[in-house]
Amino acid sequence: MNKPDLSVSLSGVRLSNPVIPASGCFGYGYGMSEFYDIDILGSISFKGTTREPRFGNPLPRVAECPAGMINSVGLQNPGIDAVIAEELPKMREAFHNPIIANISGFSVDEYVECCEKIDREEQVAIIELNVSCPNVHGGGMSFGTSCDSVAEVVREVKKVASKPLYVKLTPNVTDIASVAIAARDAGADGFCAINTMLGMRVDIRRRRPVIANVMGGFSGPAIFPVAVRMVYQVAKATGLPVIGCGGVDSAAAVIEMMMAGASAVEIGAANLRDPYVCRDIIEELPAKMRELHIDRLSDIIGIVE
Amino acid sequence: MNPDCRDMPPACFPTVQSKSDMNRKEIFSVISNRRLTARTMLLKVAGATGAITAPGQFVNIAVEGKYLRRPISLFDYDDDSITLLYDIVGDGTEWLATRRPGDPLDILTGLGNGFQPAPESRRPLLLGGGVGIAPMFALARRLRAEGKDITVVMGYNTAADVAAEKLFADEGFSTYVATVDGSRGTKGFVTDAIDANGLDGDYFYACGPLPMMRALCSALDLPGQLSLDQRMACGFGACMCCSLQTRSGDKRICKDGPIFFKEDLIWK
Repeated sequence: MNKPDLSVSLSGVRLSNPVIPASGCFGYGYGMSEFYDIDILGSISFKGTTREPRFGNPLPRVAECPAGMINSVGLQNPGIDAVIAEELPKMREAFHNPIIANISGFSVDEYVECCEKIDREEQVAIIELNVSCPNVHGGGMSFGTSCDSVAEVVREVKKVASKPLYVKLTPNVTDIASVAIAARDAGADGFCAINTMLGMRVDIRRRRPVIANVMGGFSGPAIFPVAVRMVYQVAKATGLPVIGCGGVDSAAAVIEMMMAGASAVEIGAANLRDPYVCRDIIEELPAKMRELHIDRLSDIIGIVE
Repeated sequence: MNPDCRDMPPACFPTVQSKSDMNRKEIFSVISNRRLTARTMLLKVAGATGAITAPGQFVNIAVEGKYLRRPISLFDYDDDSITLLYDIVGDGTEWLATRRPGDPLDILTGLGNGFQPAPESRRPLLLGGGVGIAPMFALARRLRAEGKDITVVMGYNTAADVAAEKLFADEGFSTYVATVDGSRGTKGFVTDAIDANGLDGDYFYACGPLPMMRALCSALDLPGQLSLDQRMACGFGACMCCSLQTRSGDKRICKDGPIFFKEDLIWK
């Protein structure tokens, strides 16, 4: 029997396997080298990076849920210039595969400036646009919740970026397919679906929200069925590659996400519970593929009707 | 191990572990899990401890029915066991308190920076508020081995909460207690016990509630190190949920701490 083929391709970027730690759950990668050799990962989506350095939101920033967690970190990062000057060189020492650059912004100008800078970095293979940030010039509503604002930011970034541009879609919309179509028509090359779902917990003893910022992003296995559904909808509606993200924590979940339409898979919250989860999934995948009679993982992408 | 290798000389086994596959996650086995007070437990588990480098580090324990692990300071450790002093504060630690000898526990070890060497100190004060006394035990043992003259002071609300006094006294450490209601030891806080007993030191280590840490930093005209706590998600520096602004920049309590030098802390 042939060795199972785990390789996948995203807009011509070949990955040795589809397993990618999601932005915000793996830093800039190198810190995780104390757990295992991170070169086994297909790619890494690095910590959401903005133009200016940000400390982020007040603490507490995390609330636990029965099958997941809510976070409100607030895009803490050292800013694009420090990321390029200090974080990427450290990342390059520990990780030699294609990098996905997760870029955030609070205005179209900010997205454009950050993407223009990160586009020049050789190891960055894909730019992942986080459009869940509030648009400070557009009334504070998240870029990702309106077809027009998503289209505008994609159109402007495409003018300066040569690398494939993937839009990380927010699930907090009425119709994710229409947002995805608007992004595709503005020039997006693919998607990452989904970002976190807006959630909230209340500390019933103290009679106040658990998280200082009141609401936050809900992630973990609880959102997996929502993510599978949205990956399916976005892949079918746009015909573009989709990186599936949301509640994946096993080889079986990777395969399910890919059958629903994902070309690769990001793993987020599960890393925070178990830093070895991505390594373990990569090790489990061949046996799970044999069990399901899958020779090449790329054969099952979007196989469900 | 392959049984065919049993009689081979040790030289045929690899002696250097792969640089990148450091196993920090282990299934430990409960040796004992003893109730000290109504809410404080002492848990001893057996397993590999090679990832631990210093007192003041912590472990992160997976608990049934909860998504995130529970970070708990090292009370003590040796080559093949870890001891933890913990309070029952919610469902997760409630479950932990029901673990019996032989039960397995999934634990990430060797997390955090641990206490830093302070060669200039000869007579350190080790100060704990409530369960915050936990990291002082392994530290006390290490400092004593280095020949330092150690004084331990622990503060509690009331006599019924005093969990760790005997553990330190049995080891021969000079131990003082303060209780807020005066039902045991000096009435008041750790600082009151220091004053009342005329305790003198040239350095301090502290762990406890934030108001206590703040009071110590202003009351004690000594250099020191403090162990901070904050609600964490990962415990190893990946998620940025426990960030702290310090005089030497933004830090992650779980990864760059939990031990910080007094002069780095900003009290708002």
